[in-house]
Amino acid sequence: MAFKLTYKPLGERSILVEWPAIIDNEILNDIIQFKKVIERNKIKSIIELKSAYNSLLITYNFICRNFENEVLLLENLYKLVEPDSDRVSVLWKIPVCYDAMFGVDLEAISKEKKLSKESIIKRHSKAIYTVYFIGFLPGFLYLGGLDESLHVPRKSTPRLQIEKGAVAIGGNQTGVYPSASPGGWNIIGNSPIEFFNPKAEIPCFAKAGDCIVFQPITLSEYENIKGLVDAGVYQLESEGIHG
Amino acid sequence: MVKVLAPGFYSTIQDLGRIGFQQYGVPYSGAMDMYSATLANLILANEANDAVIEMTMTGAKLQFHCDTCICVAGADMSPKLNEVSIQLHKSVKVTVGDVLSFGKLNKGFRTYLAVSGGFKTEEIMGSRSMYKGVTDVFQLIKNDELKIISNYSFSNDNNSLVKVDIKHFKTNDIEVFKGPEFDLLSANQQKFLLQNEFTISKENNRMAYQLSEPLENNLEPIITSAVLPGTVQLTPSGKLIVLMRDCQTTGGYPRVLQLKESAINVLAQKFTGKTIRFKLNSKY
Repeated sequence: MAFKLTYKPLGERSILVEWPAIIDNEILNDIIQFKKVIERNKIKSIIELKSAYNSLLITYNFICRNFENEVLLLENLYKLVEPDSDRVSVLWKIPVCYDAMFGVDLEAISKEKKLSKESIIKRHSKAIYTVYFIGFLPGFLYLGGLDESLHVPRKSTPRLQIEKGAVAIGGNQTGVYPSASPGGWNIIGNSPIEFFNPKAEIPCFAKAGDCIVFQPITLSEYENIKGLVDAGVYQLESEGIHG
Repeated sequence: MVKVLAPGFYSTIQDLGRIGFQQYGVPYSGAMDMYSATLANLILANEANDAVIEMTMTGAKLQFHCDTCICVAGADMSPKLNEVSIQLHKSVKVTVGDVLSFGKLNKGFRTYLAVSGGFKTEEIMGSRSMYKGVTDVFQLIKNDELKIISNYSFSNDNNSLVKVDIKHFKTNDIEVFKGPEFDLLSANQQKFLLQNEFTISKENNRMAYQLSEPLENNLEPIITSAVLPGTVQLTPSGKLIVLMRDCQTTGGYPRVLQLKESAINVLAQKFTGKTIRFKLNSKY
């Protein structure tokens, strides 16, 4: 499906392409396809393609004197986008320990939502989440698909430090903190795996359009996996799925 | 090698930043004032992207363990070589054992030290710019040993005076373009934004500069989208935040203005209590 896109300059060397302002899987797919067409055309002057929920920022290695020309070129490229019904994406299986040692806010959510902790864990680990994009922190995945019964407002006072690996809920979103950071989300568990490795050729295993599931593990499994991750030998489970 | 005898208030290694990794959520980083950092490199006939030391507010004390040429550019922090004052924006020859130190801050906020061939510290994702979570080391500390090319062959005849743009430090005008959400502001809000003076609050660092004067705001947050260094965000409480080099890759606040690249360099030399005025540049 072709969307009506808007093109705006952002700074002197970037063009912001915007889709309708909604969070939607079709828009995500369209952004991914447009990104692929641009990449396939190997335009040397484009140094950065950054997508988000309903936008794509295209950054050039020169100061654009004439945005109209670049926009025209992009509009023509967008015409080449074809619906990709056969898109294969990857489903990543992320181990998460929901033990009270990590899930420090589970108790409070349980009271507020009148759901047992087991039920919260079950609902959180049953869903298949879509990776919309990476932002906020290096390796932080913006995920869609959180069960509505688990929507919990952000804390009014953010914590000064949230541990690396913390699995948390903020509003209608859930995510994993790839590194320690201040943050206002409610913490329900921790994942022992690395979401960002600055020394790897591709620093993040997941990309926009991939899917993830959270797999509950016990404390002792957590310690085992953590040991393997620290030794650099842990193999994250994944499978190909047709999107 | 260059040894850090004292790091100063906040010193890091920077180049022109980490390009091509925004899609992984990795900030650009890079010298806050790229104009001055590049100037220091060019005076030494270095590449513009060679790594320099960025010193904030107070200078470092450094000892050279090999011969090289140096250039200090940016804020005037009264640089001295072996206790004798040296000029900014000039190539200065140093020999083994020389000590570079700094004194009073006379002008600006960030100063840059370039050495012939650049600092050869850890390079991650195509850049030596220090950033916590990306580079193992994220700020200089006492006794750090910074690799440089020893016996670098340099010509010392590059002594022509470089004309430094005086406006870079003097002007309070911050040149901006309209941000993607500028047109959602009311005429009064736009007027306030473009006609008032704003004061830099004490919340100013490599990630962002907050401004003290609030702008009455009724805009809803936007769906999280791209931001860049130089993006001016408007928070729900009306706070204006100018994003700087270490900013996040995406954000959810309306983007009301976007600084011209040269204006980011100008702002990087200003600090708490200084006032600025946004000057709208209608043409891109």
